[in-house]
Amino acid sequence: MDYEILRLIWWALLGILLIGFAVMDGFDFGTGILLPFVARSDIERRVVINSVGPTWEGNQVWLILGGGAIFAAWPPLYAAAFSGFYLAMFLLLAALILRPVGFKFRSKFQSTGMRTFWDWALFVGGLVPALIFGVAFGNLFVGVPYGFDSDLRFHEEITLFSLLNPFALLAGLVSVAMHVLHGATWVSFKAEGKPGARARAVIPWAALVFFVLFTVAGYWVLQLKGYQITGAINHDGPSNPTLKTVTQVAGGWFANYKALPILWLAPLVAYLGAFLAVVLRGKPLLAWISSALVPVGTIATAGLSLFPFFLPSTSHPAQSLTVWDASSSKLTLEIMLGCVIIFLPIVLIYTAWVYRIMRGQVKAETILSDSNANY
Amino acid sequence: MDIVDLSRLQFAVTALYHFLFVPLTLGLAVLLGIMETVYVMTGRTIWRDLTKFWGTLFGINFVMGVATGITMEFQFGTNWAYYSHYVGDVFGAPLAIEGLMAFFLEATFVGIFFFGWNRMSKVGHLVITWGLALGTNLSALWILIANGWMQYPVGSRFNADTMRMEVSNFAEVLLNPVAQAKFVHTVSSGYVIGSVFVLAISAFYLLRGRHVELAKRSMTVAAGFGLAASLSVVVLGDESGYTAGQNQKMKIAAIEAEWNTQPAPASFTLIGIPDMKSHTTKYEVKIPYALGLIATRSVDEEVPGINNLVDVAKIRIKSGMIAYDALAKIKTDRKNTTLRQTLDTHVDDLGYAFLLKRFRPDVQNATQQQIDAAAASTVPDVPVLFWSFRFMVGLGFYFILLFAVAFWLSAKRKLTTYRWFLQAAFWTLPLPWIAAELGWIVAEYGRQPWIIEGVLPTALAVSGTAAANVLFSLLGFIVFYSTLLVADIYLLVKYIKLGPDKTLGHNVEENLVAAE
Ligand code: HDD
Ligand code: HEM
Ligand code: HEM
Repeated sequence: MDYEILRLIWWALLGILLIGFAVMDGFDFGTGILLPFVARSDIERRVVINSVGPTWEGNQVWLILGGGAIFAAWPPLYAAAFSGFYLAMFLLLAALILRPVGFKFRSKFQSTGMRTFWDWALFVGGLVPALIFGVAFGNLFVGVPYGFDSDLRFHEEITLFSLLNPFALLAGLVSVAMHVLHGATWVSFKAEGKPGARARAVIPWAALVFFVLFTVAGYWVLQLKGYQITGAINHDGPSNPTLKTVTQVAGGWFANYKALPILWLAPLVAYLGAFLAVVLRGKPLLAWISSALVPVGTIATAGLSLFPFFLPSTSHPAQSLTVWDASSSKLTLEIMLGCVIIFLPIVLIYTAWVYRIMRGQVKAETILSDSNANY
Repeated sequence: MDIVDLSRLQFAVTALYHFLFVPLTLGLAVLLGIMETVYVMTGRTIWRDLTKFWGTLFGINFVMGVATGITMEFQFGTNWAYYSHYVGDVFGAPLAIEGLMAFFLEATFVGIFFFGWNRMSKVGHLVITWGLALGTNLSALWILIANGWMQYPVGSRFNADTMRMEVSNFAEVLLNPVAQAKFVHTVSSGYVIGSVFVLAISAFYLLRGRHVELAKRSMTVAAGFGLAASLSVVVLGDESGYTAGQNQKMKIAAIEAEWNTQPAPASFTLIGIPDMKSHTTKYEVKIPYALGLIATRSVDEEVPGINNLVDVAKIRIKSGMIAYDALAKIKTDRKNTTLRQTLDTHVDDLGYAFLLKRFRPDVQNATQQQIDAAAASTVPDVPVLFWSFRFMVGLGFYFILLFAVAFWLSAKRKLTTYRWFLQAAFWTLPLPWIAAELGWIVAEYGRQPWIIEGVLPTALAVSGTAAANVLFSLLGFIVFYSTLLVADIYLLVKYIKLGPDKTLGHNVEENLVAAE
C-alpha cells in the first residue's frame, strides 16, 4: 500500500479513535458532571454512579488507546502536543486519576462527608477532562507557538495562560455541553426513578446550549486565519516537518468545505444528533444513540476543516505538523493497521456482549441488596 | 536540579508507585482464577465466597493500578518529548498494541467480574475471571517488550531524513530475548507478591483465630502457587542476568562491582564495599567461578570489567563522532551518497557521540579530555546497583524457603500449629514489594546514562518545557499520590479487619459443616 494512502487511513483512524473515546467515555464524563445535580440523596447518587459502574473502566481505555495510537502512528504530534500542553496535561491527569478511585472508593467509605467529597471528585473528574479536550481542540484552530531545530528537537513558548484564549474557551464550553447532553441521555436511559427523570429534563437545555455555542464557534472560525500548504509537498516523503512552506488565509479553515461541499454533512450530523436527542427523549435508548451523533459530527467537523494540519504553529507556520510529515514510518503504519483490523472488531464484540449482560435499568433495591458488589 | 534530574525523578516516583499496584493485580488475578475454578469444579460455595472476598481487595488495588497507569502512558510525551520523537516509531507500537489487546480486555472484564455474579452462568463468570487474568498478563507482556527494547534495541535502524530510529524488523522487536526474560521474571515477581499477600493476611486471621476455614484454604492455594512462583522468579532471574550479561555488559559489571576484567571464569563477589572514586571494592568475599557461570554460562569466556568497558566506550565515541559529522553535513547536502555511506559505516556508534553533548554542542570537535569524560560517564552508580541486586536476590531465596515451609505445613495439615510460622508469614508482607522495586532500580538505574542502551542518552531525551513546570508536576504527584495511598491503605485495612463475613454480608462458613 502507498505511504500516502496509509497516512490518510491513519488520519481517519485517529478520528475514529477520538470519536470512539468521545462517544464511549463521553457519557461517563457527562454522568460525572450531572451527578451532584440530578441525584440528591445517597441512594440516588449510588444509582447514578452504578449506571456507569460496570463499564466505565472499559470505556476509559478508548482514551488510553487514543494516546497510544498517536504515539505509535504520529510520534512528532505526540511529542509536541503532550509536552507543549504540559500543565494542561497535568491538570487533565489529575482529574483522570480522581475518577477510577472515586468510583471504587466512594461507597466504601461510610461517612457522609467522605461520600460527598468523592461525589465532587467525580464531578471534577468529568468536567475538567471535557473542558480541557475542548480547549485543546480550540487551540488547534488558533495555533500555538512552536518549532523544531535541525535535530528535530521540539521547542515551544506555550503557556497555560495562552492556551486559555477566548476561542479555545468557547470550544471548551462546546465540549462540556456535548458531554452533558450525552451523559443526560445515558442517565435518563439507565437510572431508575427521580435521577433518570431529572436527567431527562436536562436534555433540551444541554442541546440548546450546544446548538448555540457550536454555531457561534463555526462563525468565529470563519474570522480566524486558516493554514494552507503552498507549493508541492511530497505525500510519500519522509516525516520531517521542516521541509515545506505554508501560508495563512482568512477563512482558510473553510477551504476544504468549499472544495468538497459533501463535507457539510459533518456539522449537519452534529446538529441533527442534538435535535433528535430532544425530540426522542421519551424513548431513552434512541435519545442516547442520537446524542452519540453529536461527538461524531463535531469531531469530524473539526478534523475535516483542519486537514491536512494537526497542530498549526503560529511562530513557525512552515513547521506545522501535518498528515504528510508527522507520521511513523511506512512499516510501522502497516503493522499497526494490521493490529487494528484484527483486534478492534474483537474488542467491539466483547464490549457489546458485556453491555448486553448488564442491560436493564439500575435500581435502588439491587444496590442495597448487594452493597459489596455495587459502587 | 535541572529538567533532566527532575524528569528522571518524576518518572522514577510515578513508575515505582505504579509498580506497587501492578504486581498485586498480576498475582491476585491468577489466584482469583484458581479459587473460582475450584468453586466451579467442586460446587462448594465457600470457594465462591473466597473469590469474592479476595476480589474485593483486588478491586481496591486494581483501580489504583489503572489511575497511576494513565500517568505513565502520558508521561513519555509530556516529559520525554525528544525520546518520543526519536524512538516513537518503534516504541509506540507495543504501547498501542497493549491498549488494543490487553487493556480493553482487562478493563472490560473487570466490571463484569464484580457486577456479573448473578447475571451469568458459573462457567461464564469463570471465563470472565480468567479473561481478566489473561488481560493483565498480556499487558505486562507488551509493556515489557517496549521496556526490553530500551535495554536491547534490536530490529531498528537510524533514518537520517527523519532524524529518528525506525522499525526495520518488527519480529525481532517482538522476539527480543531480553523482553522475554524480563516478562517471565517480572510476571513471576507479581505472582510472588500476590501469594505473599494472601499468605500474610490469612496468617493474620489464623493468629487471631478468625475465619479459620477460609484462611486455611486461602493459605493452601497461596502456598502452592507461591512456591512455584518463587522458584520461577529465581530461576528466571538468573535468565535475566544472563541476557543482561549478553548485551548490557556495563550493567552486569556494575552489579558485580567488577572493576577490571578477571581471567575466565570470573569469581562472584558475595559482599563488599564498592568505592566509585578509587574503582575498587573493599572487604570482598568472593565465590570462585560463580560470576562467569551466571553471566556467560561457560568457563572460558571472559566477563569484561568496568575500566575495560570504559576503554571500549572511548573507541566507540570516536567512531560516533565521524557519524555525527557526516550527519551534520547531510542536513545541508541531502543527496550526497558518500556522506551517507560514512554515516552508515559508523551509525551504530552515533549514540556514543551524543554522550558528548553534555560537554559541548559541536560534538565533532571534542577534545580527548572531553572524550575521556564522556566515556567515564557510561559507568552507572555501582554501590546502588551492587546492594539493590543483593537484597533482591537474598529476598528471592528467603521466599522459596517461606513457601516451601508453608507448602509442607499445608500438606501435613499443620498450618495452624506453629505460631512462629504464622508470625513470620505475616511480617513478610512488605518484603516482596521491596524486592520488586529494587529489581526495577537495578534494571533502570543500571541502564544509565542511557535511556535507550547505546542509542540515546537520557539527558538528551527530555522535553523542552520549563523546569519549573516539571517541579510543579513532581510536587503535585507526590502530594496527590501520598493522599491516595492513605485512602487506599485505609480501605484495604478496613476490609481485611471486617473480614469475609461482614464484607459479603453473610456467614461464609455456615454451610461448611453441612457440606462436609
Ligand atoms: C509488569 C507489568 C507492568 C508494567 C511494567 C507497567 N504496567 Fe501499567 N499496568 C499493568 C502492568 C504493568 C497492569 C497489571 O495491567 C495494570 C495494573 C493494574 C491494572 O489495573 O492494570 C496496569 C495499568 C495501566 C494502565 C491503565 C490500564 C487500564 O485502564 O486498564 C495504563 C495506561 C498503563 N498501565 C500504562 C503503563 C505504562 C505506560 C508503563 C511503562 C512505564 C506501565 N504501565 C508499566
Ligand atoms: C512499573 C515498573 C517500572 C519501574 C518501577 C521503573 C523504575 C524506573 C526508575 C527507578 C527510573 C529512574 C532511573 C533513573 O533516572 O536513574 C526509571 C526511568 C525510566 N524508565 Fe522505568 N520503570 C518501570 C517500567 C518501565 C517501563 C515498562 C518502561 C518502558 C516501557 C520504562 C521506561 C523508563 C523511562 C523512559 C525512564 C526515564 C529515563 C531514565 O531515567 O532512564 N520504565 N524507571
Ligand atoms: C535469586 C533471585 C533473583 C535474581 C537472580 C534476580 C535477577 C534479576 C536481574 C539480573 C534483574 C535485572 C534485569 C535487567 O537489568 O534488565 C532483575 C530485575 C528485576 N527483579 Fe529480580 N532477581 C531475583 C529475585 C527477584 C525477586 C524475589 C523479585 C520480586 C519479588 C524480583 C523482581 C524483579 C523485578 C520487578 C525486576 C525488574 C524487571 C526486570 O528487569 O526484569 N527479583 N532481577
